[in-house]
Amino acid sequence: MSDDILIQTKDLSVGFRVGGGVFNKQILKAVDGISIDIPKGSFFGVVGESGSGKTTLGRALLKAVSITGGHATYDDGEVQYDLAEMTPAQLKDYRKRAQLIFQDPYAALSPRMTVRDIIAEPLEVMGLTKTREETDARVRDIASKCRLNLEHLRRFPHAFSGGQRQRISIARALVSGPRFVVADESVAALDVSIQADILNLLRSLQEELGLTFMFISHDLSVVAHTCDHVAVMYLGRIVESAPTRQLFANPRHPYTKALFSAIPSLDPDHRGAAQKLEGEIPSPTNQPSGCKFHTRCPYAADICKLEEPPLESCEEGHSVSCHLWKELQHYEHATQA
Amino acid sequence: MSLIDVENLTLQFQTDEGLITAVENVSFSIAPGEVMGLVGESGSGKSVTAKSLMKLNSSNARYSPESKITLHLESGPVSVLDLKRPRDMEVVRGGAISMIFQEPMASFAPAMTIGKQMVEQLLVHSDMTKKQAKELSIEMLDRVGISDASMRFNQYAFEMSGGMRQRAMIAMALSTKPKLLIADEPTTALDVTIQAQVIDLMKELVDEFGMGIIFITHDLGVVAQTADKVAVMYLGRMVEEGPVREVIRNPFHPYTQGLIDALPQLDDLDKPLTPVPGDIPSPLERPEGCVFHTRCSQIIGDICKTVVPHRIETGEFHGASCHLCHQGAAE
Repeated sequence: MSDDILIQTKDLSVGFRVGGGVFNKQILKAVDGISIDIPKGSFFGVVGESGSGKTTLGRALLKAVSITGGHATYDDGEVQYDLAEMTPAQLKDYRKRAQLIFQDPYAALSPRMTVRDIIAEPLEVMGLTKTREETDARVRDIASKCRLNLEHLRRFPHAFSGGQRQRISIARALVSGPRFVVADESVAALDVSIQADILNLLRSLQEELGLTFMFISHDLSVVAHTCDHVAVMYLGRIVESAPTRQLFANPRHPYTKALFSAIPSLDPDHRGAAQKLEGEIPSPTNQPSGCKFHTRCPYAADICKLEEPPLESCEEGHSVSCHLWKELQHYEHATQA
Repeated sequence: MSLIDVENLTLQFQTDEGLITAVENVSFSIAPGEVMGLVGESGSGKSVTAKSLMKLNSSNARYSPESKITLHLESGPVSVLDLKRPRDMEVVRGGAISMIFQEPMASFAPAMTIGKQMVEQLLVHSDMTKKQAKELSIEMLDRVGISDASMRFNQYAFEMSGGMRQRAMIAMALSTKPKLLIADEPTTALDVTIQAQVIDLMKELVDEFGMGIIFITHDLGVVAQTADKVAVMYLGRMVEEGPVREVIRNPFHPYTQGLIDALPQLDDLDKPLTPVPGDIPSPLERPEGCVFHTRCSQIIGDICKTVVPHRIETGEFHGASCHLCHQGAAE
């Protein structure tokens, strides 16, 4: 494993048992054979519709759900963990190193605790500080990094707006000094005007504290502006993965293209020009055969229904899982010319 | 002729902490077949404004005496705010106006089939028999693109996906053939691909039924794709309104400009994201003068902090309430 990879997964799978009874047990594969490398200090984006398994992937890397297949390793230079098999002591240490920022800042903060107590709680639970003075110093330090006023620390969360609350939950996630942070839809519940502010804050914190982010979002335009590398997920699998600029300049997978064209354009004269995707994401308990996207793919051929396409590399750092990406590339060149 | 006229709508809520102004001096009108986008942050009063059209706000709402909402029906004008008894309200609620809510899971009763709920409201609002109501409901479900509508008719809300629930909600709202449809963030809880489908569907339905729509959203992109005109609200005031092209291409009010700049754009990834600085003030601490002055980057002096700017025309049908345009007009 190279030195600059923080998290590496190989064929990572997470399955849940659904359905009761002895005879109709089913395994729901929420994450199915995912291999990714997250380099140190990167902003790694994961995009997909609801039901694509992006949240489960994030949780599996945080060990909030158990990994049922494949390998995942964590290596920050100080310690190395095999995430699939951890001892309780290792897990306890890993909790300090990997943290989660939640989606909804209204639900994530206890209404009965002051902001200071909310931020200090991880320190106390993990026993990272010995005295109250030490705790207060760390809380004040992280609060100012997250642009919270010190006078805010004595108040309760109800007095704050959505943006301020999200800054509080960021401060709580970062107070234990983690290396790896999963931000799960951290701006989805916020207004556009505040969203930009939180995104800028996450980026500056990343540079200041040398963090590695996994940024989970359904919003491609948000991902485009924050992440270095983007993986697009569909029904538990990665369909395309590339450095952000490359992906946005030249999306290869039909699903990625459809996601792009579904973003409402700010130009009123460009209405409905986009290619629209029919139907909805199939149920994960009843997954299509072959390429999982073939039921909604406008280009689906016979091979797509039978064989699952491998994730193949098409350019440096850019990989795509589609039987037809080469043909589509030619086809597009031909139609453009 | 317009379908609905709202004049000087001012609405306060009586709470333990005192009177909270939610909407102040808002006026607009909508013609049949016209789609108006109502844009603003949470707390800007856009939902409260829309709910006033059906008098759906909670009982501690106080409408000012100058507020007037007139609905022009074939049978003559109806003054909505003067309707007192629930029976009289039926003309408006579910009759001339229907509403689609943001969270389709929360809007359907979980223990009743979708079909039963659709039939129930038709029986209340029309003279149909149960059989006719069922036929119409299935036809509407089919119309909004739900496959196998007669099977879906007998299903519960939890058996459907988010996009399908929202389609069923739209089918239900339209089955009474309303003159005006209020859609409160109908696509916010949906995925982008489903959002695109729902937006397309709503556009088709406007063409087909010719009703007016108020489309409430915080996403200017969605407005650009759907609306004919747009009104931008901030802390209960309408700060800018006009045809959608005009407002998005030449936004006048600093707040509208801020909203557009804050939106991540795909065509230029190098452009830094510029948030509107600060947070929306609590309605209990409503700023004096121009409500936006605490966050405005183009503040021109004490006048912004003390004097309430009134609306000024900045183009054809395009108006903004900002001291900057008063200054521009004087020069």
